[in-house]
Amino acid sequence: MPNRLRTVILISFLALLHLALLFAGFFAPYDFAQQHRDLPFAPPTRLHLVDAAGTWHAWPFVHSLRANVDGSDGYTEDVAQAYPLRLFVRGNAFQIVGPWTAHVHLFGVASPGQIFLFGTDDFGRDELSRMLFGGRISLFAGILGATAALSVGAFLGVLSGFYSGWTDAVIMRTSELFLALPWLYLLFAVRAILPLRVKTTDAFLLFIVVVGLVAWARPARLVRGIVLSARERHFALAARAMGASNFHVLRYHILPEIYVLLLTTAALLIPQFVLAEVTLSFLGLGVGEPIPTWGNLLIPMQKYSVLRSYWWLCLPAFALVLLFLAYHWASTTLQAALGEVRS
Amino acid sequence: MVAGAAASRLSAAPQDYAIEPGEAGEAGGRLVVALRSEPKTLNPILSVDATSREVIGALNADLVHINRATQRTEPALAKSWTISPDGKRYVLRLRQGLKFSDGAPFTADDVVFSFALYLDEKLHSPQRDLLVIDDHPISVKKLGDYTVAVDLAKPYGPAERLFDGLAMLPKHLLEPAYREGRLAQAWGTAAQPQDLAGLGPFRLKLYVPGQQLVVERNPYYWKRDQSGKPLPYLSELTFVFVSSEDAQVIQFQSSETHLLERVNADNFAVLQKDAKTKGQCLLDLGPGLEFQFLVFNQNQLDPGKFRELTAKQTWFRNLKFRQAVSLAMDRRGMTRLVYGGRATPLWGNVTPGDKLWLNDKLPHPERSIEQARQTLQDAGYSWDSSGGLLDAQHRPVQFSILVSSSNAQRTKLAALAQDDLRQLGMDVQVVPMEFRALVDRLLNTKDYEAVLMNLVNGDVDPTPEMNLWLSRGETHLWNLGATKPPTAWEAEVDRLMEAQMTTRDPAARKTLYDRVQELAAQNLPLIFLVSPNILVAAQSTVGNFHPAILEPYVLWNAEQLFLRRAGAAQCP
Repeated sequence: MPNRLRTVILISFLALLHLALLFAGFFAPYDFAQQHRDLPFAPPTRLHLVDAAGTWHAWPFVHSLRANVDGSDGYTEDVAQAYPLRLFVRGNAFQIVGPWTAHVHLFGVASPGQIFLFGTDDFGRDELSRMLFGGRISLFAGILGATAALSVGAFLGVLSGFYSGWTDAVIMRTSELFLALPWLYLLFAVRAILPLRVKTTDAFLLFIVVVGLVAWARPARLVRGIVLSARERHFALAARAMGASNFHVLRYHILPEIYVLLLTTAALLIPQFVLAEVTLSFLGLGVGEPIPTWGNLLIPMQKYSVLRSYWWLCLPAFALVLLFLAYHWASTTLQAALGEVRS
Repeated sequence: MVAGAAASRLSAAPQDYAIEPGEAGEAGGRLVVALRSEPKTLNPILSVDATSREVIGALNADLVHINRATQRTEPALAKSWTISPDGKRYVLRLRQGLKFSDGAPFTADDVVFSFALYLDEKLHSPQRDLLVIDDHPISVKKLGDYTVAVDLAKPYGPAERLFDGLAMLPKHLLEPAYREGRLAQAWGTAAQPQDLAGLGPFRLKLYVPGQQLVVERNPYYWKRDQSGKPLPYLSELTFVFVSSEDAQVIQFQSSETHLLERVNADNFAVLQKDAKTKGQCLLDLGPGLEFQFLVFNQNQLDPGKFRELTAKQTWFRNLKFRQAVSLAMDRRGMTRLVYGGRATPLWGNVTPGDKLWLNDKLPHPERSIEQARQTLQDAGYSWDSSGGLLDAQHRPVQFSILVSSSNAQRTKLAALAQDDLRQLGMDVQVVPMEFRALVDRLLNTKDYEAVLMNLVNGDVDPTPEMNLWLSRGETHLWNLGATKPPTAWEAEVDRLMEAQMTTRDPAARKTLYDRVQELAAQNLPLIFLVSPNILVAAQSTVGNFHPAILEPYVLWNAEQLFLRRAGAAQCP
């Protein structure tokens, strides 16, 4: 059962990650835009169990930070003040879904203590909170983009494969046209003709629509291939011989064949589209300040001074790597697992 | 005074040398400096951009020069000058026996020719504006082989500062091109070393587009050091083109270049980490002449074309609105977060770097969100249930701030301003934009709401700022192309600026300009934010490294710079 165990672990990891990002407001100790102007580039806050006197504590606590007085870059911990870590604390209001708001955060420390587990950025904003909120946008841009591309792709692919003839010819030639379109440049071009003030939601939707429009071609061609072969299989021909309608043949004999394909393609497309969003925001063309995405969180990495001095600002890149690996393994495992089930 | 000493000590010398005080250096060596971009031209008449001017500065010389360290004028190609009692005639006596870098003699004919070029309207020289005083161009006459007279229509406040930066050009090389109307094409970047000649410390040796520009020692240069050794010390000065500042810093750290002209505070902090072990001198020169500000669009626009924008202009034209914005700005936070404390908060247009002209009586109102909200309330603004600001017509206050995408620090300033204004309930969006596109919107199409940008004063004198403050000025940013001053205070500024330009008494000029600063601070056509410090660096082997807050910060005394062979680490 190692395969099944691996699948369970992977799926639960991905589910947890998506939940954490979906409920970012609860897991994040601060609002993504909240600036701590006295604490720019603060390193990750250390969790202590032993205090200055050497006494052990059962529950972790943190010290507040003070900017170095000698004028050098950096902070020292003020060991005189200890703030124990607290669970389910009241803090900034955040939206859960739609109009629902809440105040309770998973963890935090009493004011005036601060907890920045992943450090802060140049405005003293909590990097962990920004990563959680930013991941929500990046990841859901990927998922929605993939859904859009797959729905259009599957629909046109089935039409093309099932009806063949001129329908097939038109759809396939169009798909070749879209395959040749460089989507990144298309996004640049679309962004250039839009007005200066674009709301975040509009920029986000625009991204999904453009990606969905351009990326349907490859899944459509894959689906068409499967449908073409399934259509000629004995069970499909038998059903047709018994007078089954087109819809019946599609629904019961052909569509089940493409589910596996759609799932694996989705697991491949999602990270690809996350990367697309990251690229766009990294270049400053996606979602703008102060709303974070994994792409614009990486913008500081373009600077030599940040690379040299503030390693914690690289963390969003590690989050991306982790996410991509998880999706990649999920796609291979899914394929194998579903293959087993079918056989 | 310098020239006098020269005459007595070197009376036997064929040339009228100028003696430069400073540490006696070692001759020879090749100094490497990185430039952010390539020069667009080597023609002093046409150069507009800072890079071209920097290279041109090393190749040419002016009649009277502003010493970047003392900020005062000193004799250059003109050994001395007198000003008539009415302040309208300047008589300049040139150094005798000077030669261009190609060996041809320099005389009054070259001076008259050079001014003819600067003043020729067809050539559109950017320096022409400065030579037109009260709508009359200056006139330059030859009185003798080494004497010229310059006549002005009105007395000129900055006096001989007028001549700084006006390179004297060789008539024998440029006159044919000028006669044939080809001057605009002469001395472009494709020019060969033998086509060029100047009176600067260096002359062109080699230009490889995309890589480097090498200048070599001018053997005919007219300055000597105190021990009589010829200047410049360096046998070569190489400009390499490195477009990103980060790459420049990395090259400097690996000792590939000798000087860093301008470093941002982040990179300065990085350099500080290992400056001692690497033997590098890092200097914070304090505030320069650059100021960052926020400007709102108050231009007269066609309401048919810009319906939404003209509606928003009722806010931008409201002084209370601008006061509230200014009160909400966390200038100290900006200095700390954007410049690591290496900047000065500003409440007026003159930076603390300009000590001579700063009006130190201007109030520095501390940041206060409550006071800002009160000011808005007094002006009829209110807030909706979610805290968003509404104007008197109950429209939500939303606008965008354009900022140059290539300048990370200004983008950061804009993000801080955005957060500050959010606390007033204003919904502000920051739009990073390519710099040229931004300038086009600001000066030509006027299609913007607010812009966060900077200006750098060219000199410690109010006169170069005429174009900004005069209501008909070409860079009167907030309201361009007005035929008459739209407000009473702008009319007063027009009168004051014109008066200071033609007043000769420095104290009287200071009083006039103090009032301009006061009016600017009261009426806030620009919301002044911060003035960044000038941060520079050099390898400690570079001798006579005395950077200044006037451009060019580190190369202004290029003729005196030298490389120590024995690497005795000495930082000024």
